Amino acid sequence: MSQNQQTIKGADALLRVFREEGVDVFFGYPGGSVIPIYDSLFDAEDIRDILPRHEQGAAHAADGYARVTGKVGVCMATSGPGACNLVTGLATAYMDSIPMVAITGQVKTHLVGTDGFQEADTTGITIPVTKHSYLIKDPNEVARFPDIIREAFYLAGHGRPGPVLVDIPFDVSLGEVPWAERDIEGLDAYEPLAVADDADIVRATEMIAEAERPVLMIGGGVIASEASAEVRQLAEKCNICVVHTLMGKGGFPESHELSLGMPGMHGTVTASYALQHSDLMIVIGARFDDRITGDLERFAPDACVIHIDIDPAELDKVRHAHVGIVADARLALEKLLEAVKPRERGDWDDYLLRFREEHPLSYEQGDEAIVPQYVVQQLHEITEGKAIITTEVGQNQMWAAHYYKLDEPRRWCSSGGLGTMGYGHPAALGAQVGRPDDLVCDIAGDGSIQMCIQELATGVINKLPIKILILNNSYLGMVRQWQDMFFDKRYSGVDLTGNPDFVRVAEAYGAVGMRITKPDEVAPAIEKALEVDDVPVVMDFVVAQEENVFPMIPAGKSYEEIMERAPE
Amino acid sequence: MPTEHTISVLVKNRPRVLARVAGLFARRGFNIDSLAVSTTQDEAISRMTVTTTCDEATLAQVCKQVGKLHDVVRVLDHTEDAMVERELCLCKVAAEAAHRAEIVQICDIFRGDVVDIGNGTVIIQLIGDKEKIDAFVRLMQDYDIQEMVRTGKIVLSRGVQAT
Repeated sequence: MSQNQQTIKGADALLRVFREEGVDVFFGYPGGSVIPIYDSLFDAEDIRDILPRHEQGAAHAADGYARVTGKVGVCMATSGPGACNLVTGLATAYMDSIPMVAITGQVKTHLVGTDGFQEADTTGITIPVTKHSYLIKDPNEVARFPDIIREAFYLAGHGRPGPVLVDIPFDVSLGEVPWAERDIEGLDAYEPLAVADDADIVRATEMIAEAERPVLMIGGGVIASEASAEVRQLAEKCNICVVHTLMGKGGFPESHELSLGMPGMHGTVTASYALQHSDLMIVIGARFDDRITGDLERFAPDACVIHIDIDPAELDKVRHAHVGIVADARLALEKLLEAVKPRERGDWDDYLLRFREEHPLSYEQGDEAIVPQYVVQQLHEITEGKAIITTEVGQNQMWAAHYYKLDEPRRWCSSGGLGTMGYGHPAALGAQVGRPDDLVCDIAGDGSIQMCIQELATGVINKLPIKILILNNSYLGMVRQWQDMFFDKRYSGVDLTGNPDFVRVAEAYGAVGMRITKPDEVAPAIEKALEVDDVPVVMDFVVAQEENVFPMIPAGKSYEEIMERAPE
Repeated sequence: MPTEHTISVLVKNRPRVLARVAGLFARRGFNIDSLAVSTTQDEAISRMTVTTTCDEATLAQVCKQVGKLHDVVRVLDHTEDAMVERELCLCKVAAEAAHRAEIVQICDIFRGDVVDIGNGTVIIQLIGDKEKIDAFVRLMQDYDIQEMVRTGKIVLSRGVQAT
């Protein structure tokens, strides 16, 4: 270390790197071990810290922020219980490959490993749910403090994105660390983007030319690599129908003629049919999750696979890739588009489009009880499909996926991989912070909304006018559906009698609350909610209690067992 | 068809790396038959030698998933390699006067060494590949093995390592 080596307070170094990385807002909940950081924040007028009411809210908000902006979301918590409360949010982001940096405080370096007050083995606990993690404790790590933070951001946002955690002991953020300027290529983590191999591209174009029944399946990787335009060009140049996974929703316009919707357990009949009977699946940024495939032995038996993914471990993990391309989706598609020959629409494509007309999603809205699907469809109509939608998990999530059709990417925040109830509300707050001029709506269930209900305070204080649409059937809906369909209606543990009056809860926090009980009240209520521009609106839609999500392919089954609608 | 495979994982010598790799095997259900780890000629790099029993497809996944960890520098799959393979075994066997000669004779046949002799026991040190040590241990089962420890396999591929 040279004599003129500059040293600055660790907390200040952290904020300096935040600025380098373009972080102007983060979601954090303080505690003893992060006081030095919050003290430095007190003077930092250019970095906004948003205080949730539970660390889980901070993590999900950072996640929602990342999904709608494409930036790395940042959350912060103190040591021990604070860090532990981030775990669900980290696991949520990990399963969906969302770029996030989580900063946690830690007890003083000499107390680590001694069962200190509010000590937890944060890095140990979070290893399985983070892309990578750091504990800045050893002197040689403290010596490269700024680079560790830079690396954390780099790892979070490059390659396959994911959450990265940095655990900082109190004395490290309070004390001095060496400051060094940024040299991105010198970073340990630096890795140029993978590019598709020419021979693989040629082979892929041959397979496309030879295919008689091709289908294009897009997943979260298309969103992450901003490849929507290229997907559309490929679909149109080659006249190939497109299905999207839950994570890929919005990556291809659902109003486009070639869009068949979402396949899988609760996918549309057409999308599932298309995959099942295809002879070529072109899979881009998707990972053959079990919700899509069902019984692997019987899934798409005749299909060859072109699999494009930035993560080499996903190729041949679940399904053999005849052509496996490890590359950024957008860059791979650019190369593929140059090489591929145009393809004419054929019998297969026409058949799929007719099939889609013959097998629409459906439900019946009568005059008495509101049917939950109707609420989502009305929201879609009134907002013209232009809102940012977050969801909770379960039936509400599936109906949102079915009936809020999206034409643009980065308008959809749903916990696909982990399926975390409670996610949607704080994610909506984070999304609103990231895109203040957009309308943001959380489609929720009465079970899910209670898991992070305390974040109503966050919304009110920060003037985030999100709309929370609770599809309130007083049940843990999706579990009740399974018990209804497969366990002889032995409803066990799903009765949510005892839900509070959500309108009064909303008002208690200073938000707007509405209760809607009749179908003809739905549209006016939504219109009214859209006029509120300074606080969250909680809309308690009292809906039919035993509505089930269809279509359904039961777990572990295949397209042959698909149930298109409720049995008569 | 599961068979035994040996892989070497070159990792950055950082805290917790062993836990990360072992944890990955555990949570993905990959088994670890043996694991040996230490630093290399480069102090910044450690080498883990892992033997695992699995089929080809799983082995490919093991290598790719391990390779994804940020602290992992390289994964070497030795399945096709010409290797030098060694393991060290210390075996404490009951050896009162009546049996000691036989035991030592077996030890000599295997080119092992008696490294301790005490109250009716000997400790035999044996170095060799896994098959040799397995064979020795099988023979020693006829006597009274009181304690035994093995290092687990370490390997280097023969000739120049392509980098």
